[in-house]
Amino acid sequence: MGFFLYSKNGQLILAVLAFVALLAVLLLIAKFADRIKGRKQTLVMVAVFGGPALLLLVLGQVYPAIRTMWMSLMDRRSENFVGLTNYAYLFEDGLTALANTMLWVVLVPAGSTIIGLVYAVLIDKSRFEKVAKSLLFLPMAISFVGAGIIWKFVYEYRGSAQEQIGLLNALITSLGFEPVRFLQDAPLNTVFLIVVMVWIQAGFAMVVLSAAIKAVPIDIIEAARLDGASAWQLFTRVTVPSIRPSLVVVLTTICIATLKVFDITLTMTGAEFNTQVLANEMYDWSFTFGNNGIGSAMAVVIFLLVIPLVVYNVRQMNKNKAVRG
Amino acid sequence: MRTQKLRRYGVGIAGGIAMTLALAGCAGDDLGGGSTGGGGDTDADCAAFEQYGTFEGDRVTLSSTISDQEGDQLEESWADFVACTGITIEHNGTNEFESQIFVQVEGGNAPDLAIFPQPGLMQRMNEGGHLVPAGDDVLAAAEENYTEDWLSYGNIDGTQFGVPVMGSVKSFVWYSPSVFEENGYEIPETWDEMMELTDQIVADHGSDTVKPWCFGIESGGATGWPATDFVEDMVLREAGPDVYDQWVDHEIPFDDSQIVASLDRAGDILKNEDYVNGGIGDPRSIASTPWADAGLQVLNDNCFLFRAASFFEAQLPEGTDVSPDGDIFAFYLPADSADEQPLLVAGDYVAAFNDNEATQALQAYLASSEWANSRVSIGGVVSPNQGVDPANASSDVLRLTLELMQDEDAIARFDGSDLMPSEVGAGTFWSQMTAWIDGQTESDAALAAIESSWPE
Repeated sequence: MGFFLYSKNGQLILAVLAFVALLAVLLLIAKFADRIKGRKQTLVMVAVFGGPALLLLVLGQVYPAIRTMWMSLMDRRSENFVGLTNYAYLFEDGLTALANTMLWVVLVPAGSTIIGLVYAVLIDKSRFEKVAKSLLFLPMAISFVGAGIIWKFVYEYRGSAQEQIGLLNALITSLGFEPVRFLQDAPLNTVFLIVVMVWIQAGFAMVVLSAAIKAVPIDIIEAARLDGASAWQLFTRVTVPSIRPSLVVVLTTICIATLKVFDITLTMTGAEFNTQVLANEMYDWSFTFGNNGIGSAMAVVIFLLVIPLVVYNVRQMNKNKAVRG
Repeated sequence: MRTQKLRRYGVGIAGGIAMTLALAGCAGDDLGGGSTGGGGDTDADCAAFEQYGTFEGDRVTLSSTISDQEGDQLEESWADFVACTGITIEHNGTNEFESQIFVQVEGGNAPDLAIFPQPGLMQRMNEGGHLVPAGDDVLAAAEENYTEDWLSYGNIDGTQFGVPVMGSVKSFVWYSPSVFEENGYEIPETWDEMMELTDQIVADHGSDTVKPWCFGIESGGATGWPATDFVEDMVLREAGPDVYDQWVDHEIPFDDSQIVASLDRAGDILKNEDYVNGGIGDPRSIASTPWADAGLQVLNDNCFLFRAASFFEAQLPEGTDVSPDGDIFAFYLPADSADEQPLLVAGDYVAAFNDNEATQALQAYLASSEWANSRVSIGGVVSPNQGVDPANASSDVLRLTLELMQDEDAIARFDGSDLMPSEVGAGTFWSQMTAWIDGQTESDAALAAIESSWPE
């Protein structure tokens, strides 16, 4: 047994065996469930296939959520009840994080979607469409931490007398201007961090919107053209309304991702220079400072902010499905 | 994370067998990492290990921050112990240690031993009642080999929990011996001499790009820590070790006037446009420069002096000649007089989660000078263990570090931010020092902000 538990290869083999065993058990149950006929069959099927998922959902999502809410009302070691004290912190010292997060949530989805949409329209049916698409989509493949490190080099600052090693400042000084402290001067530094996230997310927006644009029925476009619509009119009166559900899904999806942004600030500024955001504040309190109370309170705040977005997002997706049939 | 996924996945399994298997996989995951085979053949003379007893088939799990090459070196250091006592050591070194150890312990999955990089973290662990005090053998070995100063940081309210294993000295100034020789500069022995030297460098070489000092405090989520080290060294020099202790224990306010004066002494160097920041920019550029990048400017002759711990050596490019007459070396950061020698140090402490015999045997071995010599000989680190032969150190800097650590006149004080509550030590102290260097706040306001964040 030692081989399976304490060596890397053993653990790997064990994991594969466990996976195979799981599949076998599921298939076996499904086979037996298949024998039951009649009205009972549906019930059994739902239990067999829905049950585990539901159980996982409760254990992995519902229970932790409730526990986090409970912990947010307790002290740092989750021993004594302290009421809403932890939430009070947010409105005393956490205002920078709240304000910055709001800025992120407004600018990132708007920026990514606009860039993605314009790009998708411009390259639509062009000869280089595939190449152009891949180019904008590439950053999606980079982790947030990786992107943060790349952009940190781009933004790197050196004094005006020194040789610049940052791309942007090298350009700026070669034009005869003073180098800029991109990451050090608030509030613009938050905007420069936001640029990184837009850079990552624009590809996602472009791919989804490009697909939506291609799904706009050709006869509507031709009809509009026959009616003498200009390119701009075609875009604002036909294309945008037709892809509205997709636009909403893209916007809300990016919104949700943005509310959780954490890696970019951590790697690029360490949340210093007034660039703090909610998720980073949560991490600091929970893990660096060991204060479960305030950490959980931050998590709950993010959770509450995300919920309406998720609801809206899901409803739009259902609507999308209804339209497409 | 992995454990959680596995567990979730495990619960979904309808069949009991598969579930047991997957959960067993979880347990294995925590213990995973490098494993050292136990028992049997060795060339070592096992007589030296008889005192620890023999434990055929016993297993001790040890968690630490020490991973990769350093992790391998650590495992190598106890190979003879493993071979002679028969104890198998499961070492799990991860750079997520600080958060993982809480998850593990509170999940009822504590290792037998853990090496804590900060005594403060060990204290937090003890608040939950998870640690057990060092046993008699451990205590005897520790008291024989370590000074009271070093032991005191593993001591919580009069009980010895942690035993120091490795250490570093932070009170170093790195410089280029060859450049010093060309210019006829002497290594300063007092603070005043060092400041005279600083002015001399400004007069001889000062320009927009070349400054006497360089410094950087950017370090991702830990941005600011090099500045807190600098300030702690200043407190030891400006206010003295007694005030330092009171300050760290919060017996005097964080923004006591003596501390403000110490911060201002740091500011005399760090905020002086003529003195910093060699090769990088103005004093504000310190806030955005990675700490090790700043030090590399010494090699480019853009700066002459760089205050950093002994472990800066690991950041130097391969092939750099680190020696008293090479490309770069370090001298002791002077105090006001040459007689006093306050030393800012940091180190790792090993503490136990249970009092199993095998656990205690390993902890006692880690407290011994045999182990310390074994580890130091392998290279890269030193131990504050008084029984270490400086000849075993793998480099000149580490030898100097050892000599300072073993100097009876030296008054060692542990890195204060590591001892303070995390909200301060890894929170406001870091962020306020960053704001202070960035010019957003003044000395007294920065320290007052830290004071107000101190938890009750």
